[in-house]
Amino acid sequence: MLRLGCGAGFSSDRLGPAVDLANKGKLDFLVFETCAERTLAFAHRDRKLDPKRGYNPQLRARMRGVLKACKENGTRIVTNMGVANVPEAANVVVEVARELGLAGLKVAAVLGDEVTDLLGPETKLFDHHDKRIEEVGLPFTSANAYLGLDAILPALESGADVIITGRVADPSLFLAPIAHKYGWRRDDWAVLGKGTLVGHLLECGMQITGGYFADPGKKDVPHLANCGYPIAEVAEDGAAVITKLADAGGMVTQRTVKEQLLYEVHDPARYLTPDVTADFSKVELVDDGRDRVRVAKGDGTKRPDTLKVTVGFDGGYLAEAGVSYAGPNATARANLSAAILKERLGREPGIGGAGTPMRIDLIGLNALHQTAHGPRQEAEDVRLRVAMRTADRTACETMLWEVESLLCCGPAGGGGYRGQITPSVVTHSALIERERVKPRVEVLVA
Amino acid sequence: MSGSPMMRKVKLHEIAHARAGDKGNTSNVSVWVYDPGDYPLVKAQLTADRVKQAFPSLVQGPVRRYELDQLHGLNFVMEDALEGGVNTSLGLDSHGKSWSYLLLDLDVEVPENRGPSGPT
Repeated sequence: MLRLGCGAGFSSDRLGPAVDLANKGKLDFLVFETCAERTLAFAHRDRKLDPKRGYNPQLRARMRGVLKACKENGTRIVTNMGVANVPEAANVVVEVARELGLAGLKVAAVLGDEVTDLLGPETKLFDHHDKRIEEVGLPFTSANAYLGLDAILPALESGADVIITGRVADPSLFLAPIAHKYGWRRDDWAVLGKGTLVGHLLECGMQITGGYFADPGKKDVPHLANCGYPIAEVAEDGAAVITKLADAGGMVTQRTVKEQLLYEVHDPARYLTPDVTADFSKVELVDDGRDRVRVAKGDGTKRPDTLKVTVGFDGGYLAEAGVSYAGPNATARANLSAAILKERLGREPGIGGAGTPMRIDLIGLNALHQTAHGPRQEAEDVRLRVAMRTADRTACETMLWEVESLLCCGPAGGGGYRGQITPSVVTHSALIERERVKPRVEVLVA
Repeated sequence: MSGSPMMRKVKLHEIAHARAGDKGNTSNVSVWVYDPGDYPLVKAQLTADRVKQAFPSLVQGPVRRYELDQLHGLNFVMEDALEGGVNTSLGLDSHGKSWSYLLLDLDVEVPENRGPSGPT
């Protein structure tokens, strides 16, 4: 039986429960998944500003938290915390290992996902009505192919204690150790589909142990504040049990597993990864004791011929600003402030035009679901929120200034102004022929 | 079914749970009934067309529905539904994380004599 744990389901995920897994999970592998499309695009931006950055900002803290326990317990670490700077991330792991007195610790860096130089202005973006890169109208900054099993297996075979990658498909981070342990053939689509199912269920961390799930009175989760990360026990035939540490908060039930089963899935019979076309459509779940759910009947067919590529663009800035109104007639005063702003900002060049749409919401009334439910007019407090995206920083500053000025020359009782301007990235997706991408592994020793 | 005196309306939230995810400008929401006995009525009433028509200004593209009968769940895939996606949307919830509750706010008709709803 192989035991895998997930110690992060996204870039900013919690550290404490990962340390618990390292100490008490009796794991063969601890996987940290921290790389999303936007995370990657921002990491490229960080690396451009400083060649020593561009990996996951929490890498050092996470390694300090788990490395010693993992080494002592024979738990190997697999992670995509290299993001846009895998070599530097590998150096950081080596530094932390030395700091902790773990001389001899081996770190394998999986390289070759960056394909920025392989794409050109003609490359088509399949998620963007097949427009070409040059038609997006924004500076093209980066491109990374989703690597998979083929790229990670050599790193596992090197015997490394820590395997650090950049862009790989999330489920592949889990499938690779399973396939490595059991010597699965790379064209045994049915079993690769089962391993990919395990990876998909674990890749979002606590989203399968009670996170992103609780709805008081309907779906109560015990001790969510102390929610634990998931563990999978995987057999040689790919059958698996999803569970968690007994003393951690949260829960594993058929319901938590179901919600994660289709998270970010479109056609359940065709979940594409670099390794397999996985089929989740026939999955069956069986209770196997407290906080244990048995997962069966994952399947798969031949892998796609092409690899998906995340293509990043510089999106300028996102500017957001807001003022709140409370008490009697709050909605009417917030609506008046929105009308005033539209009039004042409408006179400004570079704001609210076709290229720089501006949006105004009333938080507390309709900000998230907009027009879906007709007018809901009353709330104890209402927040005016203005948002716009543009490459023109001056226009952003003008917008913030006008929103702040509502404090003195807007409706009565406005307060709590906040405004921020943050860098913005845009990502799209392209395909690349598998043969053009050349993954490789470099091993460092602490 | 509609208009039958033997039926009453409840929010889908009373008899089902859901989770939303995003990929680019496409949102998917999976809907799962608490009680397998409610699955046939939810499957009959919560069609792809119904979802498309309920949110005309939000969901600009087609809506497809996938069925996982053995787990009593439906998966709705809504294209052009996130103002261009998390990178370009000006919305506060640019991932559409809250869209599970958009669907759970829809009404469904259940038999009048159905017992108290909810999780068991």
